[in-house]
Amino acid sequence: MNSFTLTQATAADEAVRDLTSHDGAAYLGGGTNLVDLMKYNLERPTHLTSLGLLPLTDITSLPDGGLRLGALATNADTAWHPEVEKRYPLLSQTILAGATPQLRNAATNGGNLNQRTRCYYFYDLATPCNKREPGTGCSALTGPNRVCGVLGTSESCIATQPSDMCVALAALEAVVRVQGPDGERTIKFDDYHRLPGDHPEKDNTLKPGELVTAIDLPEEGYADHFTYLKLRDRSSYAFALVSVAVGLKMNGNTIEKARFALGGVAHKPWRDQEAEKMLEGQTASPDLFRQVAAKVFAEAKGYGEGSLHNSFKIELGKRAIVRALKQSTEMSQVVNPNVFLNSNP
Amino acid sequence: MSQTIATPPTVRLDSDVIGKPINRTDGPAKVSGAAKYAAEFGVTGPLWYGYIVNSPVAKGKITKIHADEVLAIPGVQQVFSHENVPSFAWFDRSYKDDVAPGGSPFRPLHEPEIMFSLQPVALVVADTFELARYAASVLRIEYEVEKHNTDLESVIDEAYDAPKGKTGFMPPPKPKGDMDKAYQEAPHKIAGEYIHHAQHQNPMEMFATTVDWLGDGKKMKIYDKTQGAPNVQQYLMKIFSLSSDEARVISKFTGGGFGSGLRPQYQVFLAVMAALELEHSVRVVMTRTQMFSFGHRPHTLQKLRIASDDLGHIQALEHKALAETSQFENATETVVNWTGILYNSPNTNFDYQLSKIDVFTPLDMRAPGAATGNFASESAIDELSYKAGKDPLDFRLLNYTYSDPTENKPFTSKRLDDCYHEGAARFGWDQRNPEPRSMRDEKGMLVGWGVAAGCWDASMQKAAAKAVLSADGHLTVSSATNDQGAGTYVIMTQMAAQTLGLPMQQVTFSLGDTNMPAAPVQGGSWTANSVGAAVKDACQEVGKKLLKLAQKMDDSPLAGVDFEDAQFVDGHIRANEDITRSVAIADILAASGEDKIEADGKAGPNPINQLKYSMHSHNAVFVEVKVDEDLGTIHVTRVVNAVAAGRIMNPKTARSQVLGGTVWGLSMAMMEETYLNNELGRYMNHNYAEYHIPVNADIHKIDVIFVEEEDDIASPIGVKGVGEIGMLGVTAAIANAVYHATGKRVRELPLTSDKLL
Ligand SMILES: Cc1cc2nc3c(=O)[nH]c(=O)nc-3n(C[C@H](O)[C@H](O)[C@H](O)COP(=O)(O)OP(=O)(O)OC[C@H]3O[C@@H](n4cnc5c(N)ncnc54)[C@H](O)[C@@H]3O)c2cc1C
Ligand code: SF4
Repeated sequence: MNSFTLTQATAADEAVRDLTSHDGAAYLGGGTNLVDLMKYNLERPTHLTSLGLLPLTDITSLPDGGLRLGALATNADTAWHPEVEKRYPLLSQTILAGATPQLRNAATNGGNLNQRTRCYYFYDLATPCNKREPGTGCSALTGPNRVCGVLGTSESCIATQPSDMCVALAALEAVVRVQGPDGERTIKFDDYHRLPGDHPEKDNTLKPGELVTAIDLPEEGYADHFTYLKLRDRSSYAFALVSVAVGLKMNGNTIEKARFALGGVAHKPWRDQEAEKMLEGQTASPDLFRQVAAKVFAEAKGYGEGSLHNSFKIELGKRAIVRALKQSTEMSQVVNPNVFLNSNP
Repeated sequence: MSQTIATPPTVRLDSDVIGKPINRTDGPAKVSGAAKYAAEFGVTGPLWYGYIVNSPVAKGKITKIHADEVLAIPGVQQVFSHENVPSFAWFDRSYKDDVAPGGSPFRPLHEPEIMFSLQPVALVVADTFELARYAASVLRIEYEVEKHNTDLESVIDEAYDAPKGKTGFMPPPKPKGDMDKAYQEAPHKIAGEYIHHAQHQNPMEMFATTVDWLGDGKKMKIYDKTQGAPNVQQYLMKIFSLSSDEARVISKFTGGGFGSGLRPQYQVFLAVMAALELEHSVRVVMTRTQMFSFGHRPHTLQKLRIASDDLGHIQALEHKALAETSQFENATETVVNWTGILYNSPNTNFDYQLSKIDVFTPLDMRAPGAATGNFASESAIDELSYKAGKDPLDFRLLNYTYSDPTENKPFTSKRLDDCYHEGAARFGWDQRNPEPRSMRDEKGMLVGWGVAAGCWDASMQKAAAKAVLSADGHLTVSSATNDQGAGTYVIMTQMAAQTLGLPMQQVTFSLGDTNMPAAPVQGGSWTANSVGAAVKDACQEVGKKLLKLAQKMDDSPLAGVDFEDAQFVDGHIRANEDITRSVAIADILAASGEDKIEADGKAGPNPINQLKYSMHSHNAVFVEVKVDEDLGTIHVTRVVNAVAAGRIMNPKTARSQVLGGTVWGLSMAMMEETYLNNELGRYMNHNYAEYHIPVNADIHKIDVIFVEEEDDIASPIGVKGVGEIGMLGVTAAIANAVYHATGKRVRELPLTSDKLL
């Protein structure tokens, strides 16, 4: 870790000004990712603009019926917020499926969106990695890549965006509010993270200096039919191998509206709008779910066989979609549908 | 979770402390933070910090180190590398520690050659830790890279028989009969290949050394994270030509070891070297990544063939193993022998070989060798039981050994049969439907029940202790042994209190300082019996002196009583024949006028008994798993672990050991694997986030049963040790339960969900 200066900003515009007036500066949220990256010498900011004092910690209802999550609200406060629990239980459970209580107490919503991949090579300076050092190559293409993705990958990077929370935000069609040197703008969640293409060093579409100030949730929260299914190598404190966030609107056994997204398989929370359409207006059935799952993974590409390589995620991902859709359709006021799968039997 | 001593072999008295579930004497210090670990000790005067730099390549040569750039940073004191580290001892033997395997030990910063990825190549010493870490991050080192090979499967052809040379290593037993013929002709047979990959011990506490430079010649107090201070001291004395006075090694608390602290790690070499060169106090602490830069449980490939007759009696038994080792040492474990100890067969063949790859030398990890062999052999035995149409438990009982077939010796004691019966009863094994895939829970999950047995050495080592009874009646006993969390502090206190009949509060046991009488490294489950026997011996010597002093008192009621005919109970010495003939120890001390009574004690293996007997602990493990077949997820919902390990000195700490062992076995079964990238020759998941071990939510009901054995041959105090035995059987029982649930036999660890899809 190198030495750095630090400013405590107290307002969003002040934070943006502070950051843009320093070369090599970075925003510091809860620090649960950035500080690790600095300790590993992956990121070497010479200045930190700390966001800890920004008045962006509130969670407030919006006039259009939606809910605004402050960028500096912690993951824990968001998950346990009564409005979130009641109206967006999918989001609440998804956040709680991530990391550990200690981490969630420190992690902020803005930081969660911007956390970086957990690809082993990205974290190890001794290895080639295009995301860390463009042009050096991608060690994961042929090496152990159990954490890496199978959808939307490129020959320059197969990393995944590791957040759980973002998978739910994608399914909920959230909108990210940002403030930059040129003022404020909003970004649809689908457009926030990007695919690696030839520029894996860029995780998202934020422009230099832009600060996430809030995340807006639309009115529909799918509180009656939802699931977050997270498959991982141990029951907590592990990133998803494959995860699925589902929100459905049902009329009897008919699916009126369907939204779902996958984690652990791509450089962004993976949505497939055509697959969602395949569900809408249809009667829920295992066959339908299998067709949908097959569609989602139709163009998937695995990188090697065996437990250390990720081809198994294609089959696992399909099964996870089928299970998650089944759970969501069948649930009737089940509080925590995947409690057995995720933790205690 | 409950626990029982199924059948205590001896009558216990109210006054007894041995055999009672007494709390750890060091518990309050640990939970309040008062217990100090190696990196927490202060020093006299200022302290400098060393940060280790490791090689990014697996093989090659350092061609240039740009130390000058880093030395120019204010506050950086020195950059040590092969370029400026003086040569110390010349011969390999000076670098050999007590538990070193055969070969040529690694010498840190000795040569420019790189022999494994993450090899330490430099130590940057600076005024603060942060500065040292930063300076290390900008130190430029140039390498000439050579082609490495870390792929064990590619060097199977280069395998060679594992040579002797390491303490405790037992070469494979000699073959018997005609294995091939018997296997061909037998009606029921199985053959299988079993694989597990490298696993790292990963104790919570990082390896660390604080050297307190005392400013008096070369005198140092060396606070080290280790499982054996005397082993570290010997190592340092030989390399740096130091006296025992100059290299005093202290290790009061060890935050887990699991074998990683058996051998002195390179940070202690670096810290002491830097302190001697700079004549200054220095601290060196490893990072979590660096915890993956040395020993590990070796990647091992095993092959088994077993066959039985129509009745289910084993007729042919073959167990072969091939393990990785480094290019410079022959890391050996006892892998295949256990199979031949647990099961008798007229025709056998055993084989254990090594192949060299470009990694650091593997290092004992909890139940070394046995955990490896046990997973394979107990999976294979299970598989054969189905072939022979027998219940897996009945099959094991049918092939039970009453003496050790590998050495043709009787066991000093073996109550594995009672472990099977007690365990099966507690588990409810008789409710099992033998058919695979036949059991489901109320949610439709597949349910599987599996069993496996385990076996471990009950070995003794040489150990010494000292007991000092002061005039105020307080007994202090010491030995340079270690407590890596096992409960050594409390059980040694119990042993001393029991021997002299004193209350626990009147006894202090201290350990972990080379100024104390020598003890072996803490490993192999030999501390309780070896150090325990030495403590007993020292206390008995004090007791003999007390008796003599008592007999000098006027009208002594103990006149004429021999030590063998006296008992030490409730603070008194009493005659066995007539307990009213009694003198209080406090009165003896007062009458004697001595300010203290002290004595040395020692213990060691009995060579005659070792020749005559086979000494082992055993266990039987019963496991329930629930499997979500669509998603391949496995939950271990219930474990019963029944252990026969001689006398249980403290059922509370012993139970903790078995619980920890059970979790360890589950971890090996379900999660642990260090991901090796053969192209880079490097372990890749070198952190706690990606190297998975279980969390609380992975652990459900664990029941521990002790089937006590009365065994004064295995050790003079009847103890066999419980450090390793608890993890044995668990891994295989889980794999066997998964087979029973799903009909799928997984022979490669860990049992991640992808393997069941
Ligand atoms: C061991 C471990 C296990 C974990 N397991 C999981 C898991 O299972 N699931 C999961 O989802 N997550 C997991 N996490 C990740 C955790 O959720 C993230 O570290 C956390 O959400 C990041 O939030 P933060 O506020 O601490 O971000 P920081 O570390 O402060 O920042 C992260 C990045 O975001 C930038 N940033 C921060 N705030 C803003 C903002 N308002 N606008 C623009 N940029 C900003 C920073 O500059 C930095 O680049 C784990 C983390 C660890 C360390
Ligand atoms: S997958 Fe991406 S992050 Fe991982 S090594 Fe390749 S380029 Fe780097």
